Amino acid sequence: MDYATLLQLLDTTIRLATPLLFACLAGLYSERAGIFDIGLEGKMLMAAMASASVAFLTGSVWMGVLAGIGASLILAGIHGLASITFRGNQLISGVALNFVASGITVLVAQRLFGQGGRTPPLEGDARFAPITLPFAEALRDVPILGPLYFEVISGHPFLVYLGFVTVPLTWWVLYRTRFGLRLRAVGENPAAVDTAGISVVGLRFAAVAITGVLCGLAGAYMATALQAGFGREMTAGRGYIALAALIFAKWRPVAALWACLLFGFFQALALRPDVVEGVLHFKVPVTFLDALPYVLTVLVLAGFVGKAIPPRAGGEPYVKER
Amino acid sequence: MERLPKWADLVLVPLVSLLLAAIIAAIVIIAIGQDPWEAITVMVQGSLMDGYGWGYTLYYATSFMFTGLAVTVAFHASLFNIGGEGQAQLGGLGVALACLFLPWPHWTLALLGATFAAALFGAAWAAVPAYLQAKRGSHIVITTIMFNYIASAVLIFLLVDVLRPDGQMDPATANFPEATALPTLNQIPVFNLFFTSKVPANVTLLIALAAAFGVWALLWRTRLGYSIRAFGKSEDAARYAGINPFKITMIAMLLSGALAGMMAINNVMGEAGRLLQNSASGAGFIGIAVALMGRNHPLGVVLAAILFGFLFQGGAELGMWTKIPIEMRVVVQGLVILFTGALDVMVRMMLTRIFAAFRGGRAAKGAV
Repeated sequence: MDYATLLQLLDTTIRLATPLLFACLAGLYSERAGIFDIGLEGKMLMAAMASASVAFLTGSVWMGVLAGIGASLILAGIHGLASITFRGNQLISGVALNFVASGITVLVAQRLFGQGGRTPPLEGDARFAPITLPFAEALRDVPILGPLYFEVISGHPFLVYLGFVTVPLTWWVLYRTRFGLRLRAVGENPAAVDTAGISVVGLRFAAVAITGVLCGLAGAYMATALQAGFGREMTAGRGYIALAALIFAKWRPVAALWACLLFGFFQALALRPDVVEGVLHFKVPVTFLDALPYVLTVLVLAGFVGKAIPPRAGGEPYVKER
Repeated sequence: MERLPKWADLVLVPLVSLLLAAIIAAIVIIAIGQDPWEAITVMVQGSLMDGYGWGYTLYYATSFMFTGLAVTVAFHASLFNIGGEGQAQLGGLGVALACLFLPWPHWTLALLGATFAAALFGAAWAAVPAYLQAKRGSHIVITTIMFNYIASAVLIFLLVDVLRPDGQMDPATANFPEATALPTLNQIPVFNLFFTSKVPANVTLLIALAAAFGVWALLWRTRLGYSIRAFGKSEDAARYAGINPFKITMIAMLLSGALAGMMAINNVMGEAGRLLQNSASGAGFIGIAVALMGRNHPLGVVLAAILFGFLFQGGAELGMWTKIPIEMRVVVQGLVILFTGALDVMVRMMLTRIFAAFRGGRAAKGAV
């Protein structure tokens, strides 16, 4: 494998890691607050459909992003209602919302555009254009680093950079702000938070809302930046890979970045079986690369690669008085 | 909080949940500019009005009975097995291997062998998540989700690279030998009076009903079933009573995986006659809805499975005869899971209030 191929792989890795990263951080807020969310997939899918549709109809990608966030927030609201207000089973609610999203996105897209459940291809301002970072052209000829900067780091759409900025931001919010401390506390010991006179319900709804916004960005990125439009089931299990990355990262933001990059790299490799074969000198079935994130996650869960301990109050509805 | 009468809890809560899901579904249909009344007419016409429609409804229901029972058994041990889909796909692999590589003289023997293989493969696929839950405390929901994806990767690999006959384009095994073909309901005496044309529902339906009875007998009539239910209600109490948590977790999950795997005799052996990619086609997930709707009781599961068979067949008819896309049935499935599974507290609170008002009214009248 030569350097140019490696750069191509890394470039693809970053593009494919971004939706995982948004979704993974989304899950992080929710699960750190004690609300399990296996509905990341559904929220992404809803956001992808809504953002592609609105971007196409208005011709503005920004309106699309807003619509995506809105659609994702609606599902997040239902999940919050079911799991916080009515103390229902959070896992079942997530499963249910994934199904609803899977079907309703096709229904709406079919109704709006009549093209078999997809949106028409987005062009021009309805899509995110790549941003060339400063000096990328000028530094291109610097050996090794120049092409790395030009090919891999520069030239991505805005949301990619936003995704990477969200990582330190999340770290700061969680570990350096009062809100973050309370958020983590409500996922570990909600009774203590309640005793301190802080609303458990309010904090958890705030966390679920942040999850909604981030899943909205993940979906909008899928439909308006990574691809040019929405197609049925276009998230293709990314919500679950993000969930896997979250466990792999043991619910920590910076580790989440590395986990998403790793899983993004696997996805990039799965697109280039020729490269894998060239390096390993034997044929690896593409499906094995597809399955790697899941296998790794099971290994982590099994405790072979460090121990993943979820937030203690995760999945438990909080009952004020018994 | 006041309690609901038992009959209301068992019958009224699921019915009201179903009604709410139906109302939302109707709103969705109106929102996409279609007519809900036309939709329900088409669904009933295509799935319940003649032997042909029933043949399809019962065919789907058979699969859902197995996956619903699978979820039920695990639920009673307080384990949420979302891995039915993967276990059913592995069950399909077991059926395919048994049918392709063993010489069966007659379909009855083939059915026995294939059922055993399906159960074995399904249980094996559930064994690893079960072990990790029991020994390492890894959350069964997450591991079974991961195993669904791993199962689909394994099957794609096997179907594309290993089991596919030379010269065949689509990723599937060769056709099973003639001797393994199961009789469909139109070929069975008595049944053929109603099912006059060729239908996919087959003899597996009877096995599914027997399995439902078996699960009922196991859970409510045996010591093991009692242990499973006790463990599900309170792990600490069960442990104190001398019930081994590791053993119960393993047994419940292995049974669950075996039941999910057994669905493959219906679709792989009974209908397709060869193993296709994505053979379970979502039935593993519908099992969750069926178990929730059926209140985790085998009788409820059988009824809920027929209801979902109707939704599935009716949904296909919708896709064929109306402008409502076939995906509508996924929406309905999600709504049913949402209302019966996650929002059941809401429904129960609502009903409790209505009952209290009713009772209050009667008590006041009595005083006068």
